[in-house]
Amino acid sequence: MCCLTGSGNITTDVDSLRSEIRDKSVRVIDVRREDDYKKDHISTAVNLPLANLLSDDSPERVVKLVNSMGIDDETRVVVYDDTFGALASRVAWTLEYLGHSDVSLLETTYSNWKSLGLESDSQTPDIQSKEHSVKLQSDILATSDYLESAKERDDVVLIDNRERLNFLEQHIPGAISLPYRTLASNDKILRPKEDMKRLLDNRGVTGDAEIITYCGSVGTLSGLAYYALKTAGLPNAKLYVRSFKEWKNLQKPTAKQEDANYWDLSAE
Amino acid sequence: MTVSDLKQSASDSPKHKINWARIEEADDFAKTVKLYRQGKYDEDSFRRYRLQHGAYGTRMTSDYAMVRIKLPAGEIYPHQIEKLSQLSEQYSIGSAHITTRESIQLHWVILEDVSEILRGLADVGMTSREACGNSVRNVMCSPMTGVCPNEEFDSTPYARATAKFFLRNPMSQNLPRKFKFTFTCCEKHGMVRIVDVGLIPQIREIDGTTQKGFKIFLGGGLGNRSFVGHQLEDFTPEEDLLYTSIAVVKIFDRLGDRKNLARNRMRYLVNDMGWEKFQNLVLKERAVVRATQSVITQLDVDHTPDEIKHPIRVSDESGSGSPDGYARWLKTNTETQKQSDYRTAYITLEAGDITSSQLQALADIIRDFSAEGKARAGFVQNIALRYVHEDDLPRLYSKLLEIGLAKSGALTMTAPIGCSGTTSCNLALTNSHRLAKEIQRKFLELKLDEDDDLRDASIKISGCPNSCGQHGIATIGFFGGGARVGKDMYANYQMLLGGRSDGDAMLGQICHRVPAKRVIPVILKIIELFKEHKKPDDTLKSWIHRVATNAEDSEIKTLNDVKKAIDPLTIPPTKEEDPDFYLDYGSDTSYHTKTGKGECAA
Repeated sequence: MCCLTGSGNITTDVDSLRSEIRDKSVRVIDVRREDDYKKDHISTAVNLPLANLLSDDSPERVVKLVNSMGIDDETRVVVYDDTFGALASRVAWTLEYLGHSDVSLLETTYSNWKSLGLESDSQTPDIQSKEHSVKLQSDILATSDYLESAKERDDVVLIDNRERLNFLEQHIPGAISLPYRTLASNDKILRPKEDMKRLLDNRGVTGDAEIITYCGSVGTLSGLAYYALKTAGLPNAKLYVRSFKEWKNLQKPTAKQEDANYWDLSAE
Repeated sequence: MTVSDLKQSASDSPKHKINWARIEEADDFAKTVKLYRQGKYDEDSFRRYRLQHGAYGTRMTSDYAMVRIKLPAGEIYPHQIEKLSQLSEQYSIGSAHITTRESIQLHWVILEDVSEILRGLADVGMTSREACGNSVRNVMCSPMTGVCPNEEFDSTPYARATAKFFLRNPMSQNLPRKFKFTFTCCEKHGMVRIVDVGLIPQIREIDGTTQKGFKIFLGGGLGNRSFVGHQLEDFTPEEDLLYTSIAVVKIFDRLGDRKNLARNRMRYLVNDMGWEKFQNLVLKERAVVRATQSVITQLDVDHTPDEIKHPIRVSDESGSGSPDGYARWLKTNTETQKQSDYRTAYITLEAGDITSSQLQALADIIRDFSAEGKARAGFVQNIALRYVHEDDLPRLYSKLLEIGLAKSGALTMTAPIGCSGTTSCNLALTNSHRLAKEIQRKFLELKLDEDDDLRDASIKISGCPNSCGQHGIATIGFFGGGARVGKDMYANYQMLLGGRSDGDAMLGQICHRVPAKRVIPVILKIIELFKEHKKPDDTLKSWIHRVATNAEDSEIKTLNDVKKAIDPLTIPPTKEEDPDFYLDYGSDTSYHTKTGKGECAA
């Protein structure tokens, strides 16, 4: 079992990461687009644009990518993005699924890192390729088939992390709505543990439940939620990584809030 | 020099002076929701509790609530706006809604998340307490108080003090029905004759000394049946303000109808009893209150003036000319203040809706441009930025333009009011909210906001007869219902003409039924009739006033003549001829009326 079930290592604070970088004891992954990365990035970081990963995220390919970033089973990894942690979460989850145990999210975004005036540069580090094993952690993945049967169980909670209006319009029957914006607080990508626990506790989401998260298409927003749940001490979380896009394509049943024109309340 | 060089830092801008919140109410709300969900709290008691804390029910579901946040005296500070931006993104639909009663609503909030909103509000001193339910609702104040050239003195401190006195006061926790106070600046800005207690500041010379006081109107209100309020006495001195308020609330509490929920607002009591009798009762009760209250019971009126500072020259003088549309915006969205060099700029929204990112940006705009460092909610689902230096107006316009808040016509007929309608309200029969947006878009496209003749007219729309859209005081008002051709239903509005809320306040008179999809052509037709028959100095408002009061002498003399003229537009086509006619705005399925239980009277 990976160490992320402990709540301590889900995110890494800025100072810890800086000292790990100084000690050369960490592999930092920047998941922004290549152009942004080339301009500047956290010193020593390697680039893995999310789109690149998503173009083929089969374990065979992922392990090659991981090897090429110089990551073996023992390497400490920290992932960051500039998109409130959602893209970084998706990459971290993928590593975790591959069987990598020591991966954390930077607690803040790259913009904030920069605004704090912390170390960044535009150098691409020389990386020595490594060999990572493949031990798929299938207990953190939900497939559509799995979800379809699991969601009928009383001890399973299904969480939709899209925005509220999208949820009202259409969602997987039985899901509860927890928009991704709810997961963050001010300049941190995740709320403090106690805050998150209180919110979930109000919703009746407690420690014994198995929780499955999903979002619109590729498991980014719900990836962040996956980590938010872990911060709150709810270890039994799974990501429905293909999310609502696949669910709809498979023409599985959906539910809707009927008889109200909620879209017309939006000022968008 | 760039703007950012000159910008005040967020920490320099003023923060709220009054903390309206109690953090423990958030915890209590969370606990109570849990008990309710476990079946340990009965439905009725829970509803009362929920409403008392400002959480209203939502259309066709008990899973969601609407949270109504009060802005006492209409005031809101930048850091509070930022918090609302965050809360609307986290717990609502990414937009917030500004009401006609200086409150801000977050819709489609999961009931279990309401306590998190209360917690967030407490961080910035705001509350939703007694924003719903049978209590003293938000105490309003004209957005122009303090800056209106016609006012005798600034009533804002009295509005704040009245709000403070009644909030969480045991006296106002279980009234027969809701109870509303509105302070204004002057007769023109009005709104005081259509509320339970309406107040206009006045100064009198008494025995050679000037005395502050109010003209007080009682027993007005809009609803299923609307009434215009009565003036209590010539002049009510300021020291009698609280005694009068307490006396009226006490009489209502004692004599208001607690059985018949449909007619238990104070205006029905006044109407049933007769004004003179009610008036005497108030004067007598006030004498008792005055004699029996300890000296401690005083309004806590803080007269410390707000700091007005213009330390920042936001605009550079080099000037690249006025941005496109600026002249139109300046004319239709700003008013002069009694303070020279300053103007009040209004932000008109579509039916009061504003996105969380607009709120976020607006907070900085207020810091940068308002010399008082805060904003006011207006009377018509809008926001007023006061104390904007004349020189800064073009730059303010550009900034608003960048975030989509520079729509023109704020002070004209092109900014209609639309209640929430079928977007969230259980009682609604039609999508009045969307209709208001459609009218605004169309009329701005036609540039009707630039027509001086139309400027002082208004359009207000409710989705049912209950007047949340204030149709009764509109020059052209509408309330929704359903109609049918054979078995096919369509959304239909009752149209009223000639309503107004100023010194000559009167309620609109019923004119004709207008199908939803014909409302825009009918209004345009009325404008056409007006243009044809107006006298040189007429505005649409003055012309309709004469027609509605049978004082017009042209070809269109009465509302019946108007009715005849627009009648051809109101005839339903067959479904084959025009299927769209049978769909309400914002809907692609055939129209049917569907309502749930209202909660106003809970």
